[in-house]
Amino acid sequence: MTDHAGEVVGLDAVRFRWPGQSSDIVSIDELHLGAGEHLFVRGSSGSGKTTLLNLLCGIHVPSSGTVRLLGTDLARLAPGHRDRFRADHVGVVFQQFNLLPYLSTLENVTLACAFSGRKKQRATETSKVDDTARRLLSDLNIGSELLGASVNKLSVGQQQRVAVARALIGGPEILIADEPTSALDADNRDRFMNLLFRESEARGCTLIFVSHDPELAGRFERAIELDPVIDGVGSAS
Amino acid sequence: MLMIALKSARFRRTSIVLTVIAIAISATLLLGVDKIRKESRASFFNTVSQTDLIVGARSSPTNLLLYSVFRIGNATNNVSWETYQSFAERDEVAWTVPISLGDSHRGFRVMGTSSDYFDFYSFGNKKNLTLDEGTRFDGVYDTVLGADVADDLGYEIGDEIIISHGLTSADFADHDDKPFTVVGIFDRTGTPVDRTVHVSLAGIEAIHVDFQDGARSGVQLDAEQALQFDLTPTSITAFMIGLENRAQTFTLQREINEFQAEPMSAILPGATLSDFWRTISPVEQVLFVISGFVLLAGLLGMLTTILSTLNERRREIAVLRAIGARGRHIVMLIVLETLLVVTAGCALGVAALYALMAAARSTVARRYGVDLAATGLDSTQLGIIGGVIAAAVVVSLIPAFIAYRRSIQDGLSLKV
Repeated sequence: MTDHAGEVVGLDAVRFRWPGQSSDIVSIDELHLGAGEHLFVRGSSGSGKTTLLNLLCGIHVPSSGTVRLLGTDLARLAPGHRDRFRADHVGVVFQQFNLLPYLSTLENVTLACAFSGRKKQRATETSKVDDTARRLLSDLNIGSELLGASVNKLSVGQQQRVAVARALIGGPEILIADEPTSALDADNRDRFMNLLFRESEARGCTLIFVSHDPELAGRFERAIELDPVIDGVGSAS
Repeated sequence: MLMIALKSARFRRTSIVLTVIAIAISATLLLGVDKIRKESRASFFNTVSQTDLIVGARSSPTNLLLYSVFRIGNATNNVSWETYQSFAERDEVAWTVPISLGDSHRGFRVMGTSSDYFDFYSFGNKKNLTLDEGTRFDGVYDTVLGADVADDLGYEIGDEIIISHGLTSADFADHDDKPFTVVGIFDRTGTPVDRTVHVSLAGIEAIHVDFQDGARSGVQLDAEQALQFDLTPTSITAFMIGLENRAQTFTLQREINEFQAEPMSAILPGATLSDFWRTISPVEQVLFVISGFVLLAGLLGMLTTILSTLNERRREIAVLRAIGARGRHIVMLIVLETLLVVTAGCALGVAALYALMAAARSTVARRYGVDLAATGLDSTQLGIIGGVIAAAVVVSLIPAFIAYRRSIQDGLSLKV
């Protein structure tokens, strides 16, 4: 039996292809991340970045191989349990931050606790969920006057920080960022990266950062490159 | 989830409001048809009560019912006064009300009858006729008007009216030399009584003393001269019978139907009303089916609206999935939203129905004798609302499962 002690994310011989396809979209022989590690995943369009994220979040299960998060083989969980596992242990920041426009700033952050009893429990260890969200937003320099405002009224920078707060509330062990800087200029990108590193380090999150921007790789202690699918094979190197 | 569904719906308020209105129109129509159907039925069956038999010249039961109770159509023949009296005087007969039809006043039927009409004619739940103003007719040229006649024509006590011969108001047929004086106005009954001009049998005879075979004879007699004649009728159109003992109804009915001296028909009003209602019930069924199709159109409109918004909601659903929403949460979100829309639509529909009923109540009561009272929803109507909501929820499962399947295909990284 393999020892996975200290492992937060583990991929072994992972292959994924859609039904009816003859080639793998994702092919990763081995990848292991410990607590607090920061991984940069680079790849051009069609290299399988999105599919990899879906595999890590348990939205998809690999055609073969194993995806483990916190020692749990996601493929062994029923779809509903995988969703719950994701809700409990994973925070996601999207490319365009994807805040829900019909919710206020505060509601967007606390929404993450609506689907996870564990996150809610953690967020309420010392105070109410709303108070925890307020504190988190305050730490991220979101003024209290913006908490009840529609997210449509926030600047891009503020939306970034709200998206990070939503991903971090409830203390997820794994933080996944899906090209969150792709639409930002250099200044904003650097500010966002500083924020993301600071917050993930403060909480001991394992960070998986996906981007096609090679300039960012230098800020990470580990990086993998997803090769585009060539002759039907997309792989990590 | 309810909070998310509410806020999400509010965010797309334009399409949601239009959908709510479509559902409301469907619900109003469906409930309205049911309400009108029931009130029409109640009004119809309340037209006459406590009458055991209605007797007229030999004809179909429906025809006899229509002309004697609803003042629709004409009798095929008359019943002689002697025959009427022979039955009226029988021991088992508690009361009779003679009916003499054939004349009109400005579109309203004129009915000759006796003072027993005031005492024994009843409608609804054993209600007798009551006067809103004035007194019963006493003189030959007195008339008591139904509530609609007085309202529509603006008559008051003391006004004089001219009765026309037959059912037209052509000038040459007016009994203008024998005007009647309004001495009473009935309270509203919601029955054909409201649309009837009531006079005494003697009054009917008096206006026809100078008529022969349905047309003016060469001699013209004024009102006073007519009073000199014997005004006992020679025939009447029909009569109503109330028995001492209802168990004798069928015996007397058979006896009248087999009466050799004069061909007559005796009908049981309740049974004939039921038979007649059955003949027109396909109309109400057709109305109900049409309303059902309107509802179906409303539900399909709702389905189309939800389906058309699914594309623009892919990002929202992807976000919800990313932060842990399970498949059932996505399905629940769509179903809850539908539930909110259809519940709001039904509530609006019910409110609109009551508003319409309040606005149209007096007009409908006056014109059609149907009382659209604002009573609470009955079990059928609650069932209709429940059925609409249940149907909407079932319909919403289609976009709900499409949204769920798309959320799996889209995964976390929808680039919109």
